Amino acid sequence: MSFISNLINGISLGSVYAIIALGYTMVYGIAKMLNFAHGDVIMVGAYISYCASAYLGFPPALSVVLAMLVCTVLGVGIEAFAYKPLRRAGSLAVLITAIGVSYLLQNIALLIWGSNPKAFKSLVTFSSISLFEGKLIITAESIVTVIACVIIMVALTAFTKKSKMGKAMRAVSEDKDAAELMGINVNVTISLTFAIGSALAAIAGVLLCSAYPTLQPTTGSMPGIKAFTAAVFGGIGSIPGAMVGGILLGIIEIFSKSYISTALSDAIVFSVLIIVLLVKPTGILGKKITEKV
Amino acid sequence: MDKGKMVPVPSKAIIPERDLDKTPILETHHLGIDFGGLTAVDEFSLTVGRTEIAGLIGPNGAGKTTVFNLLTNVYQPTRGTIMLDGKSTLKKTTEQVNRMGIARTFQNIRLFSNMSVIDNVKVGLHNSIHQPLFASITRLFGYKASEKKSRDEAMELLKFFNMEDMADHQAGSLPYGAQRRLEIARALATHPGIILLDEPAAGMNPSETAELMENIRRIRDNFQIAVMLIEHDMNLVMNICEGICVLDHGKVIAKGSPEEVKSNPKVIEAYLGKKKEAN
Amino acid sequence: MNKTKKLSKFTLTNIECYGMIIVAFAVLFPMLKMNMLSNKISGLLIPICAYIVMAISLNLTVGFLGELSLGHAGFMSVGAFSGVITVACMPNAAPTPIKLLVAIIIGGIMAGFLGLIIGIPVIRLKGDYLAIVTLAFGEIIKNIINCIYIGVDKAGLHFSMKSAEALNLSGGKMILNGPQGAVGVSKISTFLSGVLLIIFALFVVLNMVNSKTGRAVTAIRDNRIAAESVGINITKYKLTAFIISAIIAGMAGALYAMNFSTIAARKFDFNTSILILVFVVLGGMGNIPGTIIATALLYTLPEMLRQFSDYRMLIYAVVLILVMLATNSQRVMILKDKILGSLSKKNAYESSGEGEVSNG
Repeated sequence: MSFISNLINGISLGSVYAIIALGYTMVYGIAKMLNFAHGDVIMVGAYISYCASAYLGFPPALSVVLAMLVCTVLGVGIEAFAYKPLRRAGSLAVLITAIGVSYLLQNIALLIWGSNPKAFKSLVTFSSISLFEGKLIITAESIVTVIACVIIMVALTAFTKKSKMGKAMRAVSEDKDAAELMGINVNVTISLTFAIGSALAAIAGVLLCSAYPTLQPTTGSMPGIKAFTAAVFGGIGSIPGAMVGGILLGIIEIFSKSYISTALSDAIVFSVLIIVLLVKPTGILGKKITEKV
Repeated sequence: MDKGKMVPVPSKAIIPERDLDKTPILETHHLGIDFGGLTAVDEFSLTVGRTEIAGLIGPNGAGKTTVFNLLTNVYQPTRGTIMLDGKSTLKKTTEQVNRMGIARTFQNIRLFSNMSVIDNVKVGLHNSIHQPLFASITRLFGYKASEKKSRDEAMELLKFFNMEDMADHQAGSLPYGAQRRLEIARALATHPGIILLDEPAAGMNPSETAELMENIRRIRDNFQIAVMLIEHDMNLVMNICEGICVLDHGKVIAKGSPEEVKSNPKVIEAYLGKKKEAN
Repeated sequence: MNKTKKLSKFTLTNIECYGMIIVAFAVLFPMLKMNMLSNKISGLLIPICAYIVMAISLNLTVGFLGELSLGHAGFMSVGAFSGVITVACMPNAAPTPIKLLVAIIIGGIMAGFLGLIIGIPVIRLKGDYLAIVTLAFGEIIKNIINCIYIGVDKAGLHFSMKSAEALNLSGGKMILNGPQGAVGVSKISTFLSGVLLIIFALFVVLNMVNSKTGRAVTAIRDNRIAAESVGINITKYKLTAFIISAIIAGMAGALYAMNFSTIAARKFDFNTSILILVFVVLGGMGNIPGTIIATALLYTLPEMLRQFSDYRMLIYAVVLILVMLATNSQRVMILKDKILGSLSKKNAYESSGEGEVSNG
């Protein structure tokens, strides 16, 4: 039973990683940049929904929507002010700027909400499911997280495959200049990508803090790094890859925590990543890149 | 030097007479490569003499650059063999085949653009300069001598191409023609037995092209090496190449002297299309 | 003539680097000895030295080799803890400078060894994948050191991955106590040793860059395919640069650790790696004098801003973003001119395509 319960916990944690990883992967695919501030957008999302429900008494659904709105605006704003001027600059310059934005978000959060952890009250209101006479308990948070992940995944795949904007996104990620020549508004497309990624980050923040209810300004960093790892793990730039990578990472993390060592779980997670990349250098579902000579 | 045995040369040998009794510098037999089921090059057999200037021509997309990539082991061939100076290059890396005696330039110039002109050539001299890491770091143990040797040789090569004044310029800031010459100088610095030039005249005006033709001859005469080039400028090809190989759709459609190739109906067809279609 | 020109460029960088360090030392050292520096500033001197060495080391990987490393603090960490263990194992009677020297050397060797182990698989990867794997290695190193317990008694070294009790020490002392890190470190690092280490790092890196090895490394950065085509063994030179970079980082780690009485592995986390990367990028990739200045300024900036307490990291972040935007928008302009210039030149020369599309 503990195996199944661990598996469910793993999938649930992995679903959170997957949702965050989608943000990384989409932004990477389209802007070819590592958006290190993405993890901190998660944290902002969680704080907004925390404030909305704790201080303003918003119902859970509304507080999530508010968090999504704020994060969308935040994400688009970050892109417009910090990343857009650097679109032609080297990737390192953009990376350092992203790190600067990450510090900025953390420190603004520190000023507003202080460094003391807030006890995040789960936004999932119905109760856990108990199976096999209480031997197996599936928390409501797990169920909601997994369902949310599946819905997001399906919606996003449909969006990029079917809709006009989604096709534009794929075109821009293939070749920015060619897309522009075909009359695609690259700026709008990139903004849209940041908007979607950030809205997803807000959802991920709420789900993460519902399951692990301590909220502080650095809450987003480690899940951010892990989700980024998950995105690379699955093949960065690939939406199903982010999903697969995220869930696998979650499962590996929970299993190594339960069966090997809590202290070494991160080391194990990262070791698996390294092994995967050595065997398949572009990730599990990544496309092979060949250099033209 | 021992007299190499006569090698069976595929039909229509294009080896100049002076090289006939020597081991060819380059020989390929039934070379072929597939990319995911698509055959890019097939049945490519060619022999290049030790001091020959050979041309590889064909319409766009015929697979010419792919042949160069095969010869330098950027791609590993699916079929066939490559003999460089009588030794097989099977399963060697690009870096290893360069040491075996093949150097090249690229269609889209690939210089070390942030380095100085002379440093570009010095990188080419890499394998002929003895300077262990320890000497590099301490600047002792023969460092001075090895640096002097590499500088002198590099300057000599630059002089060969009339570039000694540009030695300290940044390679990326050179005018286009000079970049092409520098790329050739860098390739020559590796002391090759054969140098492959991928569209050396692309983007050049007539006077630059004339200078290039002169340079190619001088390279062959001075260094006594073979030159093989891909080129679309037929004037250049017909003027300096002793043997020409025509490629279309990955297959050799003609081989021979410029005159033979020029009058070959298959070649005319490949370039201009069938007469009927034209009418 | 060319010879003198070339030499003078190298000599110029040398004069800038060594001159800067020696002048700084000549000003600060007497002040330190005469207690003219506030405690805050004198406490910063050794960490600044260590970070300058780290930045020089990382510049070798990022600036000259052109590979993004996000786990450089991992090498620092390994150097730090090997150094601490080395000193703890040496007899008390040994003279302090010798202890420090041996610790720094061992720290460098251990980090270099780790660089070799990590480098062999990692070097095959490219770009962002290499970056993420270095990040992963940095986290793994931190995680593993967090789980190591080492103690020493008359019977020698005791080692455990479980707990302090599992060491079964009979008397003796703890050296490394899991997540709490190293405790009771002998503070033997001095400002002088820090400056000497910087000079050593400069000597190695500047000389290497201006040699056959350095040219090969820079050539790989500029154009890997072309470097291969002229017979350069990519793996060998990438690995060489990576290992030298790791060794220097390990030495910096040992110096750094021996400045504090306690030091934990979490000090050398992802954020530290990023901090060093920021120094390198702001100082200029491949620009050693710039790196030294950037490190000194950026390391002291947050300390100088202490009076603004809560706002200091906020200011730091804003400064970082603004500097990046300012420097890069300027660069963009220069680049634009360059591209436009070369485009018009190319158009003049070119009639047929010289495009990226290859033939076949």
